[in-house]
Amino acid sequence: MTTLATTARVAEAAAPLDGRGPLTTMLERVRAGRQFNPNVLSTLDVLQVLYDRVLRITPATVDDPDRDRFLLSKGHAVAGYYALLAAKGFIPPDWLDDQGGPESRLGDHPDRTLVPGVEIGSGSLGHGLGLGVGTALGLRAQGLLEPRVYVLLGDAELDEGSNHEAIAYAGAVGLANLTAIVVDNSSATHGWPGGLATRFTANGWTAVTVDGRDHGALHTALTGHHGHRPHLVVAVIEDGE
Amino acid sequence: MRDRFVDTTTALLAEDPRTALVLADISADAFAAAARRHPDRVLNVGIREQLMVGVAGGLALTGLRPIVHSYAPFLVERTYEQIKLDLDHQDVSAVLVSVGASYDRAESGRTHLGPADVALLDTLSGWTVHVPGHPGEVPALLRAAVAADGSAYLRLSTLRNAEPYGGDGALVVVRDAGPGAALLVAVGPMLDAALSAVAGLPVTVAYTHRPRPFDTTGLRALADREVILVEPYLAGTSARLVAAALIDRPHRLMALGVRREELRRYGSAADHARWHGLDASGLRRAITGFLSPALV
Repeated sequence: MTTLATTARVAEAAAPLDGRGPLTTMLERVRAGRQFNPNVLSTLDVLQVLYDRVLRITPATVDDPDRDRFLLSKGHAVAGYYALLAAKGFIPPDWLDDQGGPESRLGDHPDRTLVPGVEIGSGSLGHGLGLGVGTALGLRAQGLLEPRVYVLLGDAELDEGSNHEAIAYAGAVGLANLTAIVVDNSSATHGWPGGLATRFTANGWTAVTVDGRDHGALHTALTGHHGHRPHLVVAVIEDGE
Repeated sequence: MRDRFVDTTTALLAEDPRTALVLADISADAFAAAARRHPDRVLNVGIREQLMVGVAGGLALTGLRPIVHSYAPFLVERTYEQIKLDLDHQDVSAVLVSVGASYDRAESGRTHLGPADVALLDTLSGWTVHVPGHPGEVPALLRAAVAADGSAYLRLSTLRNAEPYGGDGALVVVRDAGPGAALLVAVGPMLDAALSAVAGLPVTVAYTHRPRPFDTTGLRALADREVILVEPYLAGTSARLVAAALIDRPHRLMALGVRREELRRYGSAADHARWHGLDASGLRRAITGFLSPALV
């Protein structure tokens, strides 16, 4: 990805969110002149659609038991996440200027105890989906049937076997308040012959595969769960886009 | 001890709607009645230990109090990163309850031996560790652990002493040999063998079923120059705590417990206790040598 393409991509992703300021400004503050690798940008669109149109969570409801939960399992995808949290008012934009610094609350992987709105600390791959299954079960056990749990993973992250424990179990028990989102930028070293969605659907999940840049398609997919089964959204990011 | 754990946990599930139980097939039959009564809070994930602890972390994130149970090596060793990240790093807690201990099922071989569990949890911060020495100690320890806020580990075993001891885990003097005597600290089911071992020797014996946090105040009050640790898991697991507690005093420490080398032998728990020098005669040999080095 060239610098020019990156800049264009960021600008395109920078539609004003809610009047608090464009995402571009926030992202450039996190970026501080560094070159982002593609997996940072690959999550931007799905994060925007989630926070703009899907998740029932605001800075005022970060501790509300009835809020939706968004769990970023691929914890390295923080740049867009932090920028979005700042644009949405979860964290002060000033925090973005010192990401990773000795006094910063924003590391290269997020820590839930340091960042308002962050549901889990992540970084080591393969932990978010298990935590998401437990969260979905915990909500259900307490009669909290409205909130939904969304877990964002990457296609390479699915290499970790712990995900497959979670996929099989969530499907077996029909964990209907769980949505997994896999950003598929074809980064898994050995690929997923037959398609990664089959690993979920074989275990009873519903699944939709969409263009990871298409906000309308993402919105339809992210709200396309049925009520009896866990739901998968595969957001495909074509190489070189 | 497992029966008392099952009964107490079943009662806790009925008493407190915050309580949840996560299993990975081990002991699932024993909890079948509880699972029928509380299907949303008794969760058997199948033979998936990483998920078992991840689920516990997620439950705790929603405000529930998870109890997590399996065989010691599967509960603590296989899931170590989940314990570190899905519980501790998320700033949530759970109560882990293991069976099997160091060599309860010696005939099953290395895969079912768990002598390193307490040492592994010692690499983390803030864990309370209970090692009951009698089934009668289990209900109170489990209830206290579940009622507390932090993370706790209960290490259950088929090995046991003849009598239960109450208390909160502070060192209890079971045998007082008077001023200047060596202090032997026996953890959990090691007490009876330790008492037999020191018959006729000038050794005070103190007992604890809660090695973490270690009762360093009690240790300082009871210790003179010689301290002997007798632990049912890896030898030396508590040695650093004794050394730190007595840092300002000249002292000698002998830390007895399960040895590190793989024996590659089956047999019974009693056989393994003997091979590791943790039966009464093995302990007595070591203690006599420690107290009278010139005579050995």
